[in-house]
Amino acid sequence: MANTNENVVREAEAISDRILELAAQVEHLTRENAALLAGTDHGGFLVTALTIFILSCFVGYYVVWRVTPALHSPLMGITNAISSVIIVGAILAAGGALNGVSGMMGFIAVVLASINIFGGFIITRRMLSMFKKKQ
Amino acid sequence: MQEFTGLIYLIAAVCFIMALRGLSHPETARSGLMYGMVGMALAIATTLFSDVITSYIPIIAGVAVGGGIGAMIAKKIEMTALPQLMAAFHSLVGLAAVFVAGAAFYDPAAFNIGEPGALKISSLIEMGLGAAIGAITFTGSLIAWGKLQGTISGKPLVYPMQHQINMGLGVAAIVLIGIFCMTQSPLIFWLIVLAALALGVLLIVPIGGADMPVIVSMLNSYSGWAAAGIGFTLQNPLLIVTGALVGASGAILSYIMCKGMNRSLLNVILGGFGGDDAAAGAAADMGDRSAKLGAAEDAAYILKNAGKVIIVPGYGMAVAQAQHALREMADLLKSEGVDVKYAIHPVAGRMPGHMNVLLAEANVPYDEVFEQEDINRDFSQTDVVYVVGANDITNPAAKKDPSSPIYGMPVLDVENAKTVLFVKRSLGSGYAGIDNPLFYQDNTMMLLGDAKKMTEDIIKAME
Repeated sequence: MANTNENVVREAEAISDRILELAAQVEHLTRENAALLAGTDHGGFLVTALTIFILSCFVGYYVVWRVTPALHSPLMGITNAISSVIIVGAILAAGGALNGVSGMMGFIAVVLASINIFGGFIITRRMLSMFKKKQ
Repeated sequence: MQEFTGLIYLIAAVCFIMALRGLSHPETARSGLMYGMVGMALAIATTLFSDVITSYIPIIAGVAVGGGIGAMIAKKIEMTALPQLMAAFHSLVGLAAVFVAGAAFYDPAAFNIGEPGALKISSLIEMGLGAAIGAITFTGSLIAWGKLQGTISGKPLVYPMQHQINMGLGVAAIVLIGIFCMTQSPLIFWLIVLAALALGVLLIVPIGGADMPVIVSMLNSYSGWAAAGIGFTLQNPLLIVTGALVGASGAILSYIMCKGMNRSLLNVILGGFGGDDAAAGAAADMGDRSAKLGAAEDAAYILKNAGKVIIVPGYGMAVAQAQHALREMADLLKSEGVDVKYAIHPVAGRMPGHMNVLLAEANVPYDEVFEQEDINRDFSQTDVVYVVGANDITNPAAKKDPSSPIYGMPVLDVENAKTVLFVKRSLGSGYAGIDNPLFYQDNTMMLLGDAKKMTEDIIKAME
C-alpha cells in the first residue's frame, strides 16, 4: 500500500512539474504573440492609424473653426510648436539607434525639433501676453 | 510599459486639442498655451523612458542646443518679422521629418517596425511620403522665408513650361516611391528626397509676395501632414493625432485667406499673380482724374473734429513700424472724445492675424479691434476712415468693376464714410498691381508719405 501511495505522489509531482513547464511555455508563446501583434503586424495598425487620423482631422476642423481670427497668428505659433512632436521619433533614433547614420540623423532632428518647440511656444507666449482688454 | 506609454501619449494628444480650443478667446488663450506645453513635456518625458534608448547624451545635447537657439530667436525677434519667422520654423519641421524618416529607414529596429532590407510595403510607402512631404515643406518654406524677408524678390518668377515641369517632378517622386517599395534602396530614398526638395522650390517661386498669407498657412498645413506621415511610419498615434490637428488648422487658415481674396487655392498655387508695381502705377497715373492731396495739418484738423473714426491698417503699417504712432494718435483722439475703432481685413499683412498681433504689441486693446464682417456696416456712420498702409483691401473696384482682377474680393467699405484719409507713399497701385478708384473720390484726401512719419506729423499737429 505504502508503495502505491508513494508511486501516486511521485506521479502527481511529475504531472505538476509538467504542468508548470507547459504553463511557462504558454506564457512564453503569448508573449511572443503579443510582441508579434504589437510590433510587426502592420496591416492591423494601418487601419487603426487611419481611424485615428481621420477622426483627428475632424476634431481639428471643428476646434480650429472656433479660433477667433484675432488669434490666428498665435494659432500658427502653437501648431508650429506642437507639430514638432516628431521629436519623439527623433529621440528614439538619437538615443537608441545602433546604426551610426540613423543616430546622426536622429540627433539633427532633435536639434531642429527643439528649436521649433522652444521657439514656437516662446513666440506664442510673447504674442498672447500682448493681447489686453480695455482698462 | 507599452500600455502606460500609450496612455500618456493619449493625455498629451488631449492636451494639444485643449491648446487649440483655448485660442477661441484671448481670455482663455494663455491657459491653452499651458496645455500645449504640458502635452509636449509629457510626450518627451515618456519617450525618454523607452527601453530602446541606450544613451542620453545625444538627446540632452540636441535639446539643449536646439532649445537654446529657439529660445534666443523667439525672444529677440521683432514682431514685424513674424511671418518670415513662421516660415523659417515650418521649414525646420519639414527637415526634421526628412531626417526622422531617414533614421527609421536606416535603423527600423530602433522603432520596432522591422529589419533593414525587410520592411513592409506599407512602412515603405509611409516613409517615402513622410520624407517627400517633409522635403517639400523644407525648401518651400525656405523660399517663402526669403520672399518675406526680402532676400529673394517678392515678384513671381514665371518661366515657360513651369506647370509641366512641376507636374513632371511630382510624378517622378511618386514613381520613385514605387521603385523604393520594390528595391528598398537607400539611393532611391535620397532621390525621392531630392525630387521633393526641388519641387518645394519650384512650387513657391512663381507665387507673389502678396499671396504669402496663403502660402505660409499652406506650409503650416504641410508641416502637419509631414508629422502625421511620420506618425504612420513609426506607428505612433500621438504623432498622427497632432499631425492631423496641425494639418487641418493650416488648411482652414489657407481657406480663410483664399476666401479673403476671392481666389481658389489652385489659382494661388499656380502663381504668377501680382506683377510689376511701377508699370501698373505709371499706367494708372495717365487718366484725367486727379487725387486731392492733403497735409498732416489738414488731417489733424479733420480727425479732431470727427465723432467716429475707424483706422484701417495694412502691410504698409508693418513695414513702416507705424503701429505705436498709430496707437498714440488714437489715444489723443480718444482724449478729445472721439470714438476710435480698428478694422482688420482677413488678408491684411503677410500672415493670418498679422495686424492683430502688431496692434496688440502697440497696446491697442483687443476689444477695439474688429474683423471685417463685424465692422463693415459701421463705415456709413463713420466720420473719418484712416487707411494706413493698406490698398487692395479697400478697393471699391472689387465690388463695382467686373473687369478688375480682384473683382468679387470682399473689401472694407471705407468709401461709405464721410471722409477717407489715405496714407500712402505714392499714388502707385497696390501689390496686386491694380489702380484704386478710391484715390480719386471727392471725399478722399491722399496723405502722401511714410506711414509712421505721416502719423507722427499728425500727432504733432494735433498737440
